[in-house]
Amino acid sequence: MRQLFRFHGGVHPPEHKAVSSAAPIVQARLPQRLIVPLRQHIGTSARACVAVGDKVLKGQTIGRAEGYVSAAVHAPTSGTVVAIDMRPVAHPSGLSDLCIVIEADGDDRWIERTLLDLARMDASHVRNRLRDLGLAGLGGAVFPSFIKLNPGATAKVPTLVINGAECEPWITCDDRLMRERAQDILTGARIMATLLHATDILVGVEDNKPEALAALQAAARSLDFPADIVAVPTLYPGGGAKQLIQVLTGKEAPSGGRSTDIGVQCFNVGTAYALARAVQHGEPLMSRIVTVTGAVARPQNYEVLLGTPMAELLEQAGRTSEANGVIMGGPMMGFDIADTAAPVVKATNCLLVKSPKLFPPLPRTMPCIRCGACARACPARLQPQELYWFARAKNFGKTQEYHLFDCIECGCCNYVCPSHLPLVDYYRYAKSEIWAREQEKNAADLARRRHESRVSRLEREKAERAERLAAKAPVKKAQATVPPDSAQAAARKALAAETLARVQAKQAAAAPEPLDPPASS
Amino acid sequence: MAVSPHILPPAQSVTRVMALVLLGLVPATLVYAWLFGPAILINVAWAALACVGLEAIMLRLRGYPVRPYLGDLSAVLTGWLLALSMPALSPWWLTLTGCMLAIVVAKHLYGGLGQNVFNPAMVGYAGLLISFPALMTQWPAPLALAHAQLGAADSAQYIFAGHLPAGLKLDAITSATPLDTLRTQLKQDRTLSEILRQPLFGHLGGKGFELIAAAYLLGGALLLARKVITWHVPLAYLAAVGLTAGVFHLYDVDHYAGPWFHLAAPSTMLAAFFIATDPVTGATTPRGKLIFAAGAGFLTVLIRILGGYPDGVAFSILLMNICVPLIDAHTQPKVFGHGGDDA
Repeated sequence: MRQLFRFHGGVHPPEHKAVSSAAPIVQARLPQRLIVPLRQHIGTSARACVAVGDKVLKGQTIGRAEGYVSAAVHAPTSGTVVAIDMRPVAHPSGLSDLCIVIEADGDDRWIERTLLDLARMDASHVRNRLRDLGLAGLGGAVFPSFIKLNPGATAKVPTLVINGAECEPWITCDDRLMRERAQDILTGARIMATLLHATDILVGVEDNKPEALAALQAAARSLDFPADIVAVPTLYPGGGAKQLIQVLTGKEAPSGGRSTDIGVQCFNVGTAYALARAVQHGEPLMSRIVTVTGAVARPQNYEVLLGTPMAELLEQAGRTSEANGVIMGGPMMGFDIADTAAPVVKATNCLLVKSPKLFPPLPRTMPCIRCGACARACPARLQPQELYWFARAKNFGKTQEYHLFDCIECGCCNYVCPSHLPLVDYYRYAKSEIWAREQEKNAADLARRRHESRVSRLEREKAERAERLAAKAPVKKAQATVPPDSAQAAARKALAAETLARVQAKQAAAAPEPLDPPASS
Repeated sequence: MAVSPHILPPAQSVTRVMALVLLGLVPATLVYAWLFGPAILINVAWAALACVGLEAIMLRLRGYPVRPYLGDLSAVLTGWLLALSMPALSPWWLTLTGCMLAIVVAKHLYGGLGQNVFNPAMVGYAGLLISFPALMTQWPAPLALAHAQLGAADSAQYIFAGHLPAGLKLDAITSATPLDTLRTQLKQDRTLSEILRQPLFGHLGGKGFELIAAAYLLGGALLLARKVITWHVPLAYLAAVGLTAGVFHLYDVDHYAGPWFHLAAPSTMLAAFFIATDPVTGATTPRGKLIFAAGAGFLTVLIRILGGYPDGVAFSILLMNICVPLIDAHTQPKVFGHGGDDA
């Protein structure tokens, strides 16, 4: 038995997992139109590499990774690009984003796939391929995977943690994936371990998923490499990467750092599965398992092509009359979907359909009585009641002093608050205000440096003019009728030289950066 | 649009927290009535009613919705705690004055629920003790020692009209508290063992009083079991009271009562589980709670022994209330990933 550790706080919300975990994964219907957003990952949006009217094949790259932190996007089926424009996407803001719309031809014809020959390819080549295959973390953060698979020039990452904790209530997509495709998950984990030079593979699964644990253990026995399948106590947010790493290794990822700083890298089981498909079959990431649950007629898990409009998936799960909203993700950290025309993306692990019965309106908020229940529940060991006061008072400096940015927004504080305060909302507000102010400050800094640069350039030009004048002066004097006063000319010249020196010294002191754009002159 | 989290546990509210604390006060209140007569019940009811009425007026004046805020039961709790701190046979206007100090001054003038710096019940008590010292030390004697007993109707008549039944003198039904008696008689140069032999004193503390203290302990255990309070404050408070009293006792066994005497005083147990644990006016961090409660316990004994008042709970709590922001600021636990251990 592996020694397990515990993280501070945590809560036990009602699980509701059985609602959707019983039935096997089914293939969602091929929609007529797929809407593929170019930004489905953290980082820079992919750049479209097809044009309206182009025929595309299933798996064809339609958006290339742009910049370092980015990943490609692919056509989920064969068909025709009918539009590249702004569409509503799944985002808390409800804003639109650039999407490629594909009219499916119904043939679902694949592009030619090439497998990744790991024995012959060097690691950086493999990572580049994974980037081109669009791999991103499927646990929710959708960080491009190839970056996390780079152990750095000298560093080794001895421990690989595969996250199958799935701590959010209602969601069962990882549970079903582990039950049905454990072998592929472990194969993916093995490839990850090779790339990271990891020696330990730990698969953490909350102990409320005995079937998944059994399936993984059975799969692990038939493999030729060791993978430790570990049942961890069911406690939200035990599926947070930091929390799972703490439970499994007892180590805390440093604030502001990465888990690799303590020799651990963590991937979701879905990501490991997608990686195995990418390597062994050359399949890009263009489908994922989505739990559709809550107030629907047939709650279960679907394998869904990315780009499938949520409305079509919900239709397939069966609408009910009491449904009154959709959450993407779980009840603790998910967000309301404003428009179900938005497509399923790499981050869509669950569509949770709300009803007044399942999600009664939250009770009235009362003043904070400083009872400290939030602090006892906080897995980051923050003092949420203090952060709340400071955020409310717009004392953003103090919120940072009290480590606002170590908040993972898990919602535990909010959940236990007897005054029903929307604490997480206050923290998000404070964070976005701080970011906005930093941006403003950066913009102001840039403007100030531009201005300084301009002033010094003008001074330099003036000095140069003065120098030219000073150089011409004796000639002019010589041409004049007044006899040249050599002593006076020399004095003038000395004065000009002195001015020049002074200006140059001043310029050197100001040390302007070469930011002066020609347009501003 | 709703924001996450989208769910809350059903039975969880400020009202529930306050109701559990009130429940914790029930055993001690019943023991009190059993040993000292029904006057305390009348006084608790009157104080709670007065506090709720004053709270309603203040909420209305401040433009807050009256019904949901009255429903939080915090005013009931303040009234109940104040009544338990005061002599049970206090005249109605004295209790009302205390309630005004607590609800109007200490609570609403500071911004209402959650905003007050000082414990409202203790502000009420301290204000009355300073303003009406004679009335505030006129405690009902334990029934076992009293020369006469007041029934419920007689108690009500005395509290609200100031009449005692014909032929009954106030002295017959009231006495000084054990703490007060001890203080006064020590000043008269009597030794501790002499004093404690008097009938007012029981096994550990005052006769009857020690049972009320035990009932507070029981109620406190309930709060601990229901996780309304954590162990930090009661433990630190009781330890500090015991240690401080112990040091004095060892210094002069004939002059300073032992730690058990101070611990068996009802005010000690009331403070440990119901007053110093007030979340609004106490420290919030785990280490802060220890410092806050230990400071209050130390000051309680110091004021009892060296100060001018028979009991020191109210002043010690109020003094420590002042220190809370400082204590909290300097006892922040190490945040995840900042190189600390779980606190």
